[in-house]
Amino acid sequence: MRALHADLHIHSCLSPCADREMSPSTIVRWARRKGLELIALCDHNSAENVGAASRAGGPVGLAVIGGMEITSREEVHVLGLFEEDRPLQAVQGVVYDHLPGENDPDAFGEQLVMDEWDNVIARNRRLLIGATDLTLAEIVRTVHAFGGIAIASHVDRPSFSVLSQLGFIPRDLELDGVEVVATRPPEVPQDLPVISSSDAHRPEEIGARQTCFLVEEATAKEIGMALKRIGGRRILAEQ
Amino acid sequence: MNLRDLARNLELEVKVGGKSLANEVRGGYAGDLLSDVIANARAADLWVTLQTHQNIVAVACMKELAGVVLVNGRQPEKDTLEKAAEENVPLLVSELSAFELIGRLHGLGLSGIRK
Repeated sequence: MRALHADLHIHSCLSPCADREMSPSTIVRWARRKGLELIALCDHNSAENVGAASRAGGPVGLAVIGGMEITSREEVHVLGLFEEDRPLQAVQGVVYDHLPGENDPDAFGEQLVMDEWDNVIARNRRLLIGATDLTLAEIVRTVHAFGGIAIASHVDRPSFSVLSQLGFIPRDLELDGVEVVATRPPEVPQDLPVISSSDAHRPEEIGARQTCFLVEEATAKEIGMALKRIGGRRILAEQ
Repeated sequence: MNLRDLARNLELEVKVGGKSLANEVRGGYAGDLLSDVIANARAADLWVTLQTHQNIVAVACMKELAGVVLVNGRQPEKDTLEKAAEENVPLLVSELSAFELIGRLHGLGLSGIRK
């Protein structure tokens, strides 16, 4: 078992609101420079840059978990993190089926899909900044149905968080944890694990907040076990 | 003014009502961020929102609101309906937008400012 520094919420240039510089190789370079061994790439409602980031990270010893930051109909952001690519693709399919609208790059920004050498290979035309018509509970259920981890994003923010949109965390919502980006708000129930991450939209923000986990290896499966405190795995510190 | 009169005047569809339709409405508050409604709504306000999540019932209870009106013809989720019936929280639906509905509520003498 070892201590592992992770930043589980990073956007790439696929998110319209992220810096164009957030290419797979730039993200990987900055993550290594900040001493991270594990990141999760979580673009808004899409996972199309996960493969490239993962391939860019491998050779330099950075593990990349595939994820998405999914927007519910209540406009709550939820991170879904997956061990394998196939369930991630399946959940992306569900999200796409429930995400109306087309992006206007002039209004919201470009949505670039890249390869691991930072070549633009496609532009995603969906309205990724928009909300799905799935309820928060449906999203958590869908993530779990495909074996993923569901974490409520930035619950200490005044917008797009479960606390800002819904006032408090519904008791029957089966979250695996909540994420803070600054300070832990008092409304988080004691029994929910709390992680810190950067929600980086620019290179220099990567690793600004991170979580140190005690795990066997740098995988989503291990992170899931640490959140549930299985076999001695746990969160060591939010920083 | 009570909820029953308002519902009749503004053609609101009553999803959950019962005895609580006699609730007196003393003012109004509009908002879709429940954290904001918790902070700013006052007891006996009519709450105008497009959120349909079941947490709206808990907030209405906690703040002792007169009732909740969903706008744009939005239908409450199943959990929300059940919870509202359980807690006796009046739940109504308007086909109008929030802007139009609130304008008409003002016209009937309701205000967001309490004297």
